[in-house]
Amino acid sequence: MKKTIRIANGQGFWGDSVHAPLDLLKYGKLDFLTLDYLAEVTMSIMQKQKRKNPNLGYASDFVQLIKDGISYIEKNNIKVISNAGGANPESCREEISKILKDNSSNKKVGIISGDDILHKVENFHNKGYDLNHLDTNEKFSSIKDRIVSANVYINSFSIATALEKGADIILAGRVSDPGLVLGPCINHFNWSENNFDRLASGTVAGHIIECGAQCSGGNYSRWYEIEDLVDIGYPIVEMSESGDFIVFKDKNKGGLINKLTVSEQLLYEMGDPQNYISPDVKVDFTSVNLVEKEKNIVGVSNVKGFSPTDTYKVSICYFDGYKAEGSLTISGPDAKEKSKLASDLVWGRLKKRGIEFKRKKTDFIGLSACPGGVDDENKSANEIVLKLSVHDDSKRKVEMFGKEIAPLITAGPPGVTGFSGGRPKPKEVIAYWPTLIPKELIKIEVDVR
Amino acid sequence: MIIKLGDIANTRSGDKGSDANIGVIFHTLKHYEWAKKYLSESIIKDYFSEIIKGDVIRYELDNILALNFILCDCLDGGGSKSLMHDAQGKTLGQALSMMELDING
Repeated sequence: MKKTIRIANGQGFWGDSVHAPLDLLKYGKLDFLTLDYLAEVTMSIMQKQKRKNPNLGYASDFVQLIKDGISYIEKNNIKVISNAGGANPESCREEISKILKDNSSNKKVGIISGDDILHKVENFHNKGYDLNHLDTNEKFSSIKDRIVSANVYINSFSIATALEKGADIILAGRVSDPGLVLGPCINHFNWSENNFDRLASGTVAGHIIECGAQCSGGNYSRWYEIEDLVDIGYPIVEMSESGDFIVFKDKNKGGLINKLTVSEQLLYEMGDPQNYISPDVKVDFTSVNLVEKEKNIVGVSNVKGFSPTDTYKVSICYFDGYKAEGSLTISGPDAKEKSKLASDLVWGRLKKRGIEFKRKKTDFIGLSACPGGVDDENKSANEIVLKLSVHDDSKRKVEMFGKEIAPLITAGPPGVTGFSGGRPKPKEVIAYWPTLIPKELIKIEVDVR
Repeated sequence: MIIKLGDIANTRSGDKGSDANIGVIFHTLKHYEWAKKYLSESIIKDYFSEIIKGDVIRYELDNILALNFILCDCLDGGGSKSLMHDAQGKTLGQALSMMELDING
């Protein structure tokens, strides 16, 4: 058995670099390449695609990656672990299998399923499981007729099982993000379900690299210190049996890996750091020890874990009306005052016709719109992007809003431009409903062929 | 002496539904100890008063000289439901780095 294994991440979300995973396959000195395509609402998009066309509903970028990368996967013997299956892992496998056949490859593709409970949630609710909103405790009955997708964050042992059965390419659905890294560790080192410190180590390793370049110099506070961001290297973990690991990157690539880049990512999307709950283990992030070993190599050790909860997190997406947003650029002089007038005109004209919205928002981009107005009182700008948005159950009302933006160019203050892309159209709002479900209700299946 | 938080710490923010978190990692133990005393939940809540509807919760990570602030209900529902320009709280860390501090105070 190899003493250490190398696991890289080449995709932090669907839409991340298409070159990074291919570069990692070419780099070659890897055992596993992981790819995370699923954000919280991605599943709902995939379910909608699948409803329109039963052959769709997976991360199509992944199919292209396999097409472009199969020769390197073969040559460098790298196993690829992804959640690209999305809402339709079977169809994704069919596409991958065609590519493998065309390239005379014997690689096996594993599917992990059981996470999709779209057609079971109502039954679970009828049986008495409350499925209330995890944060707000709202009642499930308020959304039960509007559900678009429902997926369980299943455990990482499913990935280990797929590897055990000989999978070279894994298409999971909704597994936990760090689980893509923990899974191969469980498989290689034979970590047991009770070895909480080891499971916690693998989870921390996964957490550090799951957002791709965000631990290797991307989105970094001291961005001005990084020499080369053009050719930023995506992160690689080298895990040992003890649970100690290093985070590094291809030496020939740019970016930066040090204690601060890793610490920033450790805290990314973090709640209570002593109670980080995954399907496999509860992790104490206050136990983690970081050491800068060499330039661009950080060592991580001493990770402590505890027994997991007896529930899985479920990510439910539901239809919640329509929204639209429109933007115009307003130049100086008096950009701030004219922007305020322009927004008053839009809302005033709609109100005059009796149209009001469940929610509406006015943003002056250029005047601290991002953090919601911090420090904007005394600031001015020589030009401002005025962004207006609305949300309502009535599609017609949202359409009416879309028709009130362009008239500002000729019937508003002077110096209004930047109208492009036509009238803002109503878009369906797919809202997110996190909840919990007892683990024993979920049956995970692993199919490798 | 008046300095900016960004002079003594790195920050990174992100979302959790309608909540956001901001990780603040201090460069020195001295500044971390100072922040543990003075960078309170209420200071953060005041700074982001226009967007925070719930509480602010602070966690300490002595191992990496960091504080983690949870800004409850500050993202207008979060995800695709939010009408905020930064619906995922990506920029809040940078906004906090501009906070002025009197570190002798």
